[in-house]
Amino acid sequence: MTAASAEPRRDAIVSVRDLQVRFQTSDRRATVKAVDGVNFDVRRGETFGIIGESGSGKTTIGRALVFLLNPSAGAILHDGIDPTALPRREFQSHRRDYQIIFQDPNAALNPRMTILASVLEPLELARIGNRAEREKLAREALERVGLPQEFGARYPHQLSGGQKQRVVIARALTLKPKLIVCDEVVAALDMSIRGDVLNLFADLQRDLGLTYVFITHDLAVVSHISERVAVMYLGQFVELGPTEEVAERPLHPYTIALLSAEPRPLPSSMRQESRIVLQGEVPSPIDPPSGCRFRTRCPHAQPLCTDRVPEWRELKPDHWVACHFADRPNFSPNNNAGA
Amino acid sequence: MEAGQPAQRRAEGVRDGARPLLSVRGLGIRFKTAQGIWQATRRIDFDIAPGERVGIVGESGCGKTITGLSILRLLPGNFAGLDGKILFDGVDLASCSARQMRAIRGKRIAMIFQEPMSALDPVFTVGHQIAETLRVHSNIGQDEARARTLEMLRRVGIASPERRIDDYPHQLSGGMRQRVMIAASLICGPQLLIADEPTTALDVTVQAQILELLRDISETSKTALMLITHDLGVVAETCTRMITMYAGEVIEDATVDEALVRPLHPYTSGLLRSLPHLSPRHGRLPSIPGRVPSIAEMPSGCRFRARCAHANRGCEAEQTLQDAGGGRRVRCHRFAELNLPGALHPPGAPIAAKVATQ
Repeated sequence: MTAASAEPRRDAIVSVRDLQVRFQTSDRRATVKAVDGVNFDVRRGETFGIIGESGSGKTTIGRALVFLLNPSAGAILHDGIDPTALPRREFQSHRRDYQIIFQDPNAALNPRMTILASVLEPLELARIGNRAEREKLAREALERVGLPQEFGARYPHQLSGGQKQRVVIARALTLKPKLIVCDEVVAALDMSIRGDVLNLFADLQRDLGLTYVFITHDLAVVSHISERVAVMYLGQFVELGPTEEVAERPLHPYTIALLSAEPRPLPSSMRQESRIVLQGEVPSPIDPPSGCRFRTRCPHAQPLCTDRVPEWRELKPDHWVACHFADRPNFSPNNNAGA
Repeated sequence: MEAGQPAQRRAEGVRDGARPLLSVRGLGIRFKTAQGIWQATRRIDFDIAPGERVGIVGESGCGKTITGLSILRLLPGNFAGLDGKILFDGVDLASCSARQMRAIRGKRIAMIFQEPMSALDPVFTVGHQIAETLRVHSNIGQDEARARTLEMLRRVGIASPERRIDDYPHQLSGGMRQRVMIAASLICGPQLLIADEPTTALDVTVQAQILELLRDISETSKTALMLITHDLGVVAETCTRMITMYAGEVIEDATVDEALVRPLHPYTSGLLRSLPHLSPRHGRLPSIPGRVPSIAEMPSGCRFRARCAHANRGCEAEQTLQDAGGGRRVRCHRFAELNLPGALHPPGAPIAAKVATQ
């Protein structure tokens, strides 16, 4: 079964087919193709990483996955069904299974509500149990994320950034979701706390069988936590594969450049000599380049790249790439020196 | 203004016997708040040699930004006082007149910030804003200012500067705006450039371009760089020396290579170990327990001791920044007996594995 085929894999908790999300610019004269033809499956119990630079469309995909945005074209199936086809009432209870957590916990928590009240709110909206039962569930969720009992009575300003992000995680857990989209959830946290929160995500996955879609711009974070990772550029996936494969044997020139551009905390004797510094910046998604969208910055671009859109193909088992030349033998990071 | 007395130019901070360009001694900054006077930083000591690239590293709230701002006396309204000296080429910036400060700020010491959009004025063209710095500090005509602005824009890697010089900031991308800020900061040929998180708001591929530009400019024009950042990778790629701050104090000062391979302070070691690059994939990330003490209730003695796995009775005493030999300094009385892991320690980490295969 392939990611691009119409039939979802049996273990797919989410299947995305030819997804397109378009926005009108504020003057309504142009259309931004934020996501433009993306296909993938998220497998039950895995962490699926999506990496890309700002404007690549990664956040848009994340919001579409939980139907905070409606696709302009294509389909998103949850467990094989199309949630938008459900009756309204059913759709609302269905979406409890698919939660999303954002980067900034300050924006996600109401400063005038106590921590317990914030965590209780989804349970109240879902009308689960009676008051005592809801409070018990909320307290369990707080304990689950490692916050002591007395935190329930506090307000967001009394907590550190890492603690607030734990509250947000606890709140997402109250409705016992199957999948959580994590959009830059550790980007705002200090280095020394980041590890704690990533460890918490790993523990929760192990104990509760959660599936994550982990969206980030941080290569180190995504390759640490994900089983598979997709690399996004200008509204499309350019590469998708097992994390080790993508990180150690990348196929797409953009992935190669991205890995090379990441500043590494290594002493000078151990840093790579020939880093690839891409020229220019990401073109506008209003008017993306013809053919391969990366060609305007690609050190290997050929006339063919202008003329033809590269096919999304499975070059190695489970390892997908959209590049005309990805299978050329001399096409490796070591041959990119002067680029 | 007293020129640097021999006692203030302690040998350990001075590289190759050269006189430091900047010598910060005993710097402490206080703020007024509703709860009283808060001491944001204290006992900050460091030197920057001419042309040297130094990274100031630490997590949010450690005082790294305020230390950078204090050098240019760009302090916020609730500033309540400053101790110590900031000697720049013999002039104490902490006590010199506002007039003297204005002659230095922008001309001999320049600064760039994280968010170029908030530093650029949206109603003036970028050419106007770059030339403004030049016209304030030197007596040159409009045509020459424009010619030098064009030259500077070319130097910072703006393609077709003739077209860009009359653009307004909103017409430029984030990376180009940061290039414009760098052009404006360098137009007067400063001896020191203070860059506060200059690439944090940029994408990783653009970040690589800007870091390369900063390194290149520092090398070719012998401009010293004080790079303030939370990102140890950025420091490793850009600087030769790294000063680590924690809770308002300098806790370690060493070359980047030494600090990464064999950190002497448990906090520096803990920070390195918490980086995901340095841990085996899918393994547990080491973290530093607890949190940074609040500025209002700083513990006595070592400020890191409540979170430190190596704390003992001796840590209850005030710690001094000790000479650790070879030009290194560390604020930990146990540094000689601890053998702390650095960036290459965990053998299963992707980076260590990569290095091993090379």
